[in-house]
Amino acid sequence: MDGTANRVDPGVGFCTGCGGASCAGCGRPFDPPRFCSTCGRRLTVAVTPGGYRARCRDHGELCGS
Amino acid sequence: MVPLLSFLSAPGGHYRNGMPGDATATPIRTTVTLSAPNRGRRQAEPDRPDIDSSTARNRLSAAQAALLDEHRLLTAEELAGLAALPDDWVTSLAALAHQVRLARCGPGVEVEGILSAKTGGCPEDCHFCSQSSQFDTPVKATPFLDAGEVLQAAEETKAAGATEFCIVLAVRGPDERTMQRILELVPLIHEQTGLNVAVSAGLLTEDQARRFAQGGVHRYNHNLETSRSFFPNVVTTHSWDDRRDTCRLVRNHGMELCCGALIGMGESDEQRIELLVQLQELDPTEVPMNFLNPRPGTPLGDEHPVAAWEAIRWIALFRLGLPGVILRYAGGREVTLRELQSMGMTSGINALIVGNYLTTLGRSADEDLQMLSDLRMPVGALTGVL
Repeated sequence: MDGTANRVDPGVGFCTGCGGASCAGCGRPFDPPRFCSTCGRRLTVAVTPGGYRARCRDHGELCGS
Repeated sequence: MVPLLSFLSAPGGHYRNGMPGDATATPIRTTVTLSAPNRGRRQAEPDRPDIDSSTARNRLSAAQAALLDEHRLLTAEELAGLAALPDDWVTSLAALAHQVRLARCGPGVEVEGILSAKTGGCPEDCHFCSQSSQFDTPVKATPFLDAGEVLQAAEETKAAGATEFCIVLAVRGPDERTMQRILELVPLIHEQTGLNVAVSAGLLTEDQARRFAQGGVHRYNHNLETSRSFFPNVVTTHSWDDRRDTCRLVRNHGMELCCGALIGMGESDEQRIELLVQLQELDPTEVPMNFLNPRPGTPLGDEHPVAAWEAIRWIALFRLGLPGVILRYAGGREVTLRELQSMGMTSGINALIVGNYLTTLGRSADEDLQMLSDLRMPVGALTGVL
């Protein structure tokens, strides 16, 4: 599950829970995104008391709470 | 399985409602069928023996007398007797636990924020943890956050009404570089935010415990997680005794011990009682109660969460087994208890982690603070009060 295995053409949506291209969305409630929805690569995620920051090497940062 | 609501789907679970003042001889207006929603599978629960009301009342009365009149701890046998009470008696168990909490700890609630300052890449194989490098989980290892990020998280915690902030690291134990970084951060956070600073950095040596205590670490977290007899089922890279030894070092060096449990890994009722007695022996200041939130990719990833009513039972039993501790809501409460979270606050809980957890999200701080306000439970530090 290193992200690269799930890479396909940019623009195709990926599941942020498992990084799968064909997954309908398995992300669970109370889980931050773990995979980039654009490329399926695993995100670097920092969860803080008030939110989270998820960063894709190629597609930048996503913040949430 | 949702025991509380299961009677609603039993045969005969219908009602016919006549209207007030209705003059018809057969006032049948509507037939409504009620069925219990079953959202998400839950763990199977142990078969408990039928216990008559008189026996149940006697067990509760004896526990009340022991805790509130004789001021002694309950024995394993007494706790086992309470754990065996049927579901219908969980509200009575919870009521007694709340009474004991108020008598021993008062109405106050301690609010804490936690931060995973170094995430993932842990060499240990704790089967419940998504941060172990031994399992293929979605959590990507990240290095120690810089001081500015940790301080910002502490400020977020303070803004949420917390008095306690815990820096957590996914490590077997701290190396020298980690020790130095923690020892730099602790006074900095305390001075800039006024928060009490706790640390959770794995197994400690005697020298490390001494340095943390001298460096201003107010409370050190090291969870037993489960009983000694069940521990080898969920961790093989270190022993339960290793954890107990670190807990003892924490206390011996004058730090407050925060030593928690994780419920729902497949342990039996007897093993939960065993853990309670082991916690009684360690005498921690705080016991965080975690409920398994099965993590994808871990060996326990296919388990189901504990049933909410069962979680209430065990919150109450932990309060009755550990009457004077700070009993804190920790990870997994949102997915386990769902709408029963406020009931946990009147079943023995007197502290909570506010906001997010280490790798998962929590409900909003506003929701928790509103819950505490509705319950008329004031927020404040409990250190040194109990």
